[in-house]
Amino acid sequence: MPAPGRSVKADSLGVGVATGAYGVSFGALATASGLDVWQACALSLLVFTGASQFAFVGVVAAGGVPLAGAATSILLGSRNLFYGIGLAPVLRLRGWRRVLGAQLVIDESTAMALGQSDRDEARLAFRLTGVSVFVLWNLMTLAGALAGTAIGDPRTFGLDAAVGGAFLALLWPRLTAFPQRVVAIVGAAVATGLVPFTAAGLPIILGGAAAVAVGLALPSGKRGSG
Amino acid sequence: MIWAGIIVTAIGCYALKLIGLSVPDRVLTRPLTQRVAALIPPALLGALVAVQVLAEGQRLVIDARLAGLAAAVVLLLLRAPFLVVVAGAAVTAAVLRLL
Repeated sequence: MPAPGRSVKADSLGVGVATGAYGVSFGALATASGLDVWQACALSLLVFTGASQFAFVGVVAAGGVPLAGAATSILLGSRNLFYGIGLAPVLRLRGWRRVLGAQLVIDESTAMALGQSDRDEARLAFRLTGVSVFVLWNLMTLAGALAGTAIGDPRTFGLDAAVGGAFLALLWPRLTAFPQRVVAIVGAAVATGLVPFTAAGLPIILGGAAAVAVGLALPSGKRGSG
Repeated sequence: MIWAGIIVTAIGCYALKLIGLSVPDRVLTRPLTQRVAALIPPALLGALVAVQVLAEGQRLVIDARLAGLAAAVVLLLLRAPFLVVVAGAAVTAAVLRLL
């Protein structure tokens, strides 16, 4: 068996490479949806939380105003708040380390850090996973964005369908418990019903809000992870 | 306008991350807050899937995107990785449009 530290390093870098690689799909879909290369790269550098970035692009591509995209994106990013709460006692970051480390609080770095039994290993896993995802995600976004601008009409290559596939792939692992499944279906149904009657971008926020309300009314039972 | 949206998104998302690492957890670990937090991602992602696949402006249409989504479902059931799912949805829709 390898030394624990070594397997943490290998696992963290592996997650970093796998996650960073799909930055290429974000970059391509962003520019195919009408953003320029700078905007795609700014989202990956400054927002750096995949589902929120896809949401922003999805709303803007559907004709929603950018602020509706921002609202959807920030609501999706709210889970990082709870990740931070879980990570704070383990990482104990102070001062500038906390200011920089905060940007690395995402699904993958949290999962890797909280998966370790030992605090030093948790910190190592958080740093390595966060930094490797950050570097690769941004490089691959740039590559994908450049490819996306070369494509022309995104429909030719089915890139409009790819965005739906990306959202579903992000949703899939969260459907672990009954309330989450119900809520996803209600969100989809309400949003679909609102499309003909509301401005683009609003069906997503309103559908999401209605679904959360329905979810709260369900018997709580087992709680899934966010 | 897109830049304004990007900047608001960036500030909002970063603030959430920093607040999580910074605040005492009494308020935010209340059971109700936690339940809402667990429900927001599936609620919004469900809505995003539906609108992305079915809406064209303010109209609902059934087209190649729905076939792309069906392909994504099959690939997810087969435990395909993220990029394969996304590419599978794209290729399915693109091929259907060629026919």
